[in-house]
Amino acid sequence: MTDAAIRIDGVVHVYEAQDGSEVPALGNISFDIRDKEFVAIVGPSGCGKSTLLRIIAGLIHPTAGRVAIGGRTVGEPRSEVGIVFQAPTLLPWANVLNNVLFPFKLRRRLDDAVLRTAHELLDLTGLSGFERKMPRELSGGMQQRVAICRALVTNPSILLMDEPFGALDALTREEMGLELLRICGEQPKTIYFVTHSVTEAVLLADRVVVMTARPGRIADIVPIDLPRPRSFDLAATAEYHASAQRIRHHIFAHRARAEPAAV
Amino acid sequence: MQPTLAFVLLIVLWEASVRAYSIAEFLVPAPSAIFAATVAAGSNVTQHALATLFTIAAGFLASVAIGFPLAVAIASAPLLANALYPLLVLTQSIPKVALAPILVIAFGANEVPRIIVTFLVAFFPLVISIAAGLLATPTELVELGRSLKASWLQELFRIRLPSATTFIFSGVKMAITFSVIGAVVGEFVAADRGLGYVITSSMAFFRTPLAFGAMILLSIIGIVLFQIVVVVERVFFSWSISDNQGL
Repeated sequence: MTDAAIRIDGVVHVYEAQDGSEVPALGNISFDIRDKEFVAIVGPSGCGKSTLLRIIAGLIHPTAGRVAIGGRTVGEPRSEVGIVFQAPTLLPWANVLNNVLFPFKLRRRLDDAVLRTAHELLDLTGLSGFERKMPRELSGGMQQRVAICRALVTNPSILLMDEPFGALDALTREEMGLELLRICGEQPKTIYFVTHSVTEAVLLADRVVVMTARPGRIADIVPIDLPRPRSFDLAATAEYHASAQRIRHHIFAHRARAEPAAV
Repeated sequence: MQPTLAFVLLIVLWEASVRAYSIAEFLVPAPSAIFAATVAAGSNVTQHALATLFTIAAGFLASVAIGFPLAVAIASAPLLANALYPLLVLTQSIPKVALAPILVIAFGANEVPRIIVTFLVAFFPLVISIAAGLLATPTELVELGRSLKASWLQELFRIRLPSATTFIFSGVKMAITFSVIGAVVGEFVAADRGLGYVITSSMAFFRTPLAFGAMILLSIIGIVLFQIVVVVERVFFSWSISDNQGL
């Protein structure tokens, strides 16, 4: 059990709605993410997968239960964690390079080694030559690449990604997923990856956690036994279809029960 | 091109009408008479204009110096916001023209009451827009700062304040325009210099052309100051101006 990079232990989260009523977002979630494991979280809107991400990140506190990273309970944001949000969340007033360097600018620890790392990452993501461009001069896909560089520049051991490609068009999205694996292939990381896309989850992850909504619960944890490196060709294999089918079954079976009238 | 043409046409029409109907100069002076009277007053008018400009600058700077921390306080603590908002609205609902004579009694017939009136007129839109801008920072940008362990000051100066730029500039544009109005209101009530004083004193002697001249100078000052803010925003904060705002 020592190889659990992230341990999620009986996490419950309850929101207080505007009218004062309590809305359960997460109902008793427990699972471990192993070191260097890629775990994708799939589920319908409102299943609390983004809430869980924010709890792991130390941005919000769970109502009950605890999350531990490297054996230590998370109480506040940790420096070994990098986050990529759904929107690129770039500083519109800073150019690409300064956006990537922002974590170090806040910590006032900018040196040549950091600059080199930043340039290497920009190279790796095909952004070299765009260092002086402003975020709004870039396409959505390029902006999200910058955000990924910013998350990786501190060399975190854990990467939390909240539907990072959700705002991109379908083609860019498929390309970005595999690109992420390629980038992280050089320095393997523990990844918590929230997505709406079953295809994306199966294609990228080692395990897929399927969640159901209101309150968010784990329906199943599906191991994906596809070989690495992953490619689009794998989508034609029987293993791929079996896993995708198993995940869809959980999501839609639950939906059919919850909304019997829905077509 | 069209605005210039329209403007010139208006001046010509004005001049022609005044001459054609031989309207008395103390009622509506012709543009040529306004120009002649203002130029004749020359260095004197310049002195008055500089005095007004000083009042505008002092009042505006005071509204920034006091308005900014006030906006930060409102944006960072809901309790403080609840306590301060009614007071702010109160200062806004007081008619400044009524307040000015009272200030003169309290502070004497000097520069201070004029600066206070200017400040009171200008600081409200500034506080409201800066506070709104600070609160409109995208949640994810704030979360990014928190995840990178930004301190409160870093969050304010490196995340919230820059992302409020558009709001701040709209507040500054209003504040600078209102400062001109505030300074003139102050000068109307108690002053021995300034363009507001030129207007009241020349009207007392029916020297309408000079009053018109002072009024026109005031609007020129207002326009120039406003444009300075616009240029500063374009040059130094071009990233905050969206592309489809090219008016």
